[in-house]
Amino acid sequence: MPTLPIWKALHMPEMMRYAQAVNHALRLLMSADERVFMAGEDIGVYGGAFGVTDGLLDTFGERRVRDTPISEEVIAGLAVGAAITGMRPIVEMQFADFVVNAMDPIVNQAAKLHFMYGGNVEVPMVIRLPGGGGTGAAAQHSQSLEAWFAHVPGLKVVAPATAQDAHDLLIASVADPNPVMVFEHKLLYKEEGPVEVRHTTEPVVQLGEAIVRRSGDDLTIVAYSIMTVRALEAAERLEDSGISAEVVDLRSLRPLDIETVRASVRRTGRLLVTHEAPAAVGVGAEVVAGVVESDALDHLLAPVSRVCGLPIPMPYAKALETATIPQVDDVERAAKELMNA
Amino acid sequence: MRFTGALTSPRMRQILTPSGALVDEAPMDDALASRLYRAMVFARTYDRKSMALQKQGRLATYAPFEGQEAAQAGSAAALEVDDWMVGTYRDAAAMWMQAYPMELLFAGRTGHEHGGRVPEHVNVLPPSITVGGHMVHAVGLAWAERLQGSSRIALTYFGDGATSEGDFHEAMNMAAVQKVGTVFVCQNNGWAISLPTAEQTATETIAEKAIAYGMPGVRVDGNDVFAVYAATREAVGRARSGEGPTLIEAVTYRMGPHTTADDPGRYRSEADREEWVRRDPIERLRVYLSERGRWDEDWQMRIEEQASSEVERAIVLAESLRAPEPEEMFGAMFAEIPPHLAEQLAEAKAAP
Ligand SMILES: Cc1ncc(C[n+]2csc(CCOP(=O)(O)OP(=O)(O)O)c2C)c(N)n1
Repeated sequence: MPTLPIWKALHMPEMMRYAQAVNHALRLLMSADERVFMAGEDIGVYGGAFGVTDGLLDTFGERRVRDTPISEEVIAGLAVGAAITGMRPIVEMQFADFVVNAMDPIVNQAAKLHFMYGGNVEVPMVIRLPGGGGTGAAAQHSQSLEAWFAHVPGLKVVAPATAQDAHDLLIASVADPNPVMVFEHKLLYKEEGPVEVRHTTEPVVQLGEAIVRRSGDDLTIVAYSIMTVRALEAAERLEDSGISAEVVDLRSLRPLDIETVRASVRRTGRLLVTHEAPAAVGVGAEVVAGVVESDALDHLLAPVSRVCGLPIPMPYAKALETATIPQVDDVERAAKELMNA
Repeated sequence: MRFTGALTSPRMRQILTPSGALVDEAPMDDALASRLYRAMVFARTYDRKSMALQKQGRLATYAPFEGQEAAQAGSAAALEVDDWMVGTYRDAAAMWMQAYPMELLFAGRTGHEHGGRVPEHVNVLPPSITVGGHMVHAVGLAWAERLQGSSRIALTYFGDGATSEGDFHEAMNMAAVQKVGTVFVCQNNGWAISLPTAEQTATETIAEKAIAYGMPGVRVDGNDVFAVYAATREAVGRARSGEGPTLIEAVTYRMGPHTTADDPGRYRSEADREEWVRRDPIERLRVYLSERGRWDEDWQMRIEEQASSEVERAIVLAESLRAPEPEEMFGAMFAEIPPHLAEQLAEAKAAP
């Protein structure tokens, strides 16, 4: 598809923070569709623990932007019930970690009702979950739990890395007739990026579309969420060492666009997967399996590599927290090892 | 309209009024009252010092408890030294009274995992950071003590917000039907971050929730150390003698922000707070003691000095703790280091 000259584009991208991009998407969705409403802890007058819902109460009123008691199970559960009636709830877990209090409505109900009711009901709900570490918030406020949900048949899971994707994937998630878990990263909220604010709720990106963020020939780095940002920085440094890295941002973990990864590996012959969650039984393992289950296996020139969070609860001490989370250095080092393997 | 039906919400019990007058029999002698006064002065000194240290970047995010000293001191004082206590991020005063070392309270907030390394013989669990998750432990602790033939009981602290979690309801029901010796102490400080109590629950009081579980529910003036102490002593007695749990609602106010990361100006008015300054828990006990000839300026100065130097000692000790080494993380995971972590440990040691 030829690229439009910039002056022909309808809307110019604006620089905005990831949190703001989510806020814009929420505004659009709420304005466009009366069925959309929000519920969560401190999302009203407070504007959310991370300022994401700032000003929405003023614009849309208490009827549609609802502060709830501290009851994660019923926050998720009310979304299930409301979605069954055809509404489009967008509910928030104040921190992704608290979703553990809401597992039954999500895992045993939302994920299964369409199937168990013989396809008779749809559960078009969205749960937003601020996750990830690096904020000094310790073990119970720093987890990356996305793989849990990617494992459950019936759920879709996305984890945007850029402000534009945070905007577009939320729109796509609300448009989807199935339950979608949207993992936002707390450290990304303050990151600025160009965002073309959408004016219709027609999804521009589909759930299950990965994107090649940077092209390269020597190895493929697969990442999502904040690790995409770190992988791109590592790729930048690798360039200086004469290594050309391709970076694939998964964006969506369920469905998983394994074809984009395979195509990349067929060209580069080397695969490195990185995520902040621990490696064991994680998304990285799924990506690697998806590659070796195909003919892309024949193109591998070296063993595959995973750069993931350490398998321990997030430590409180700053130095230990940094050591637990994969950093740019770690990705760079692993990529070099892979090239020498 | 609130549902009141045939049930009536419990009245708030008070023994010592905000102006320091007794309206009922004092539940303790002057010696204990003086010790509690001193403990509350220590608590406030610790709390204010923590706020200051956080501003200087020497402590991580801190959740202040100013205004809640009597709710904590009065209830903690009713425990035996080896009873169990399970509280939240806002209960440092109570934990300290139950022998949790102050340096560990500080260490926990300097980003030191040591902060949770409770000394042997101190039956206090480190503070719970998830709302409500710890109340269920309090059932297990007391249950186990009974199984082992001991008369130790467990007391758990939580906020008004926590009563909306399933944990609260499951813990209360289990404890009541199994007659477990758990004392549930809700510090209703009016707010759960930006949500006022009236939007947290449709009941008039927290205490009346006990009715549904078949246990006594008591509502006390949480800024009245006598009322809190008397109610807790009674509840502890019931728990110890096998009569089961009690819910105590201590009505108080969070004078400060939710945490140092919060700005309460976004959701509440200064006028409410002013009202609560007049109900200060420490001042009313000071007036009481003073009228009984148990307080003077000299003593005040002495205990303030003691409090400052104890807080100073604790912070110096906490800051002198050696920064943790990456290897320690692996050792802390399981009782023994499993192979996959041993491998990680070897890698960490080899890393540049
Ligand atoms: C399970 C869970 N949900 C939400 C939070 C976020 N959070 C932390 S403190 C708090 C308010 C708690 O209010 P309350 O129980 O009244 O206690 P207070 O902070 O007023 O002492 C919230 C919502 C959390 N830590 N854990």
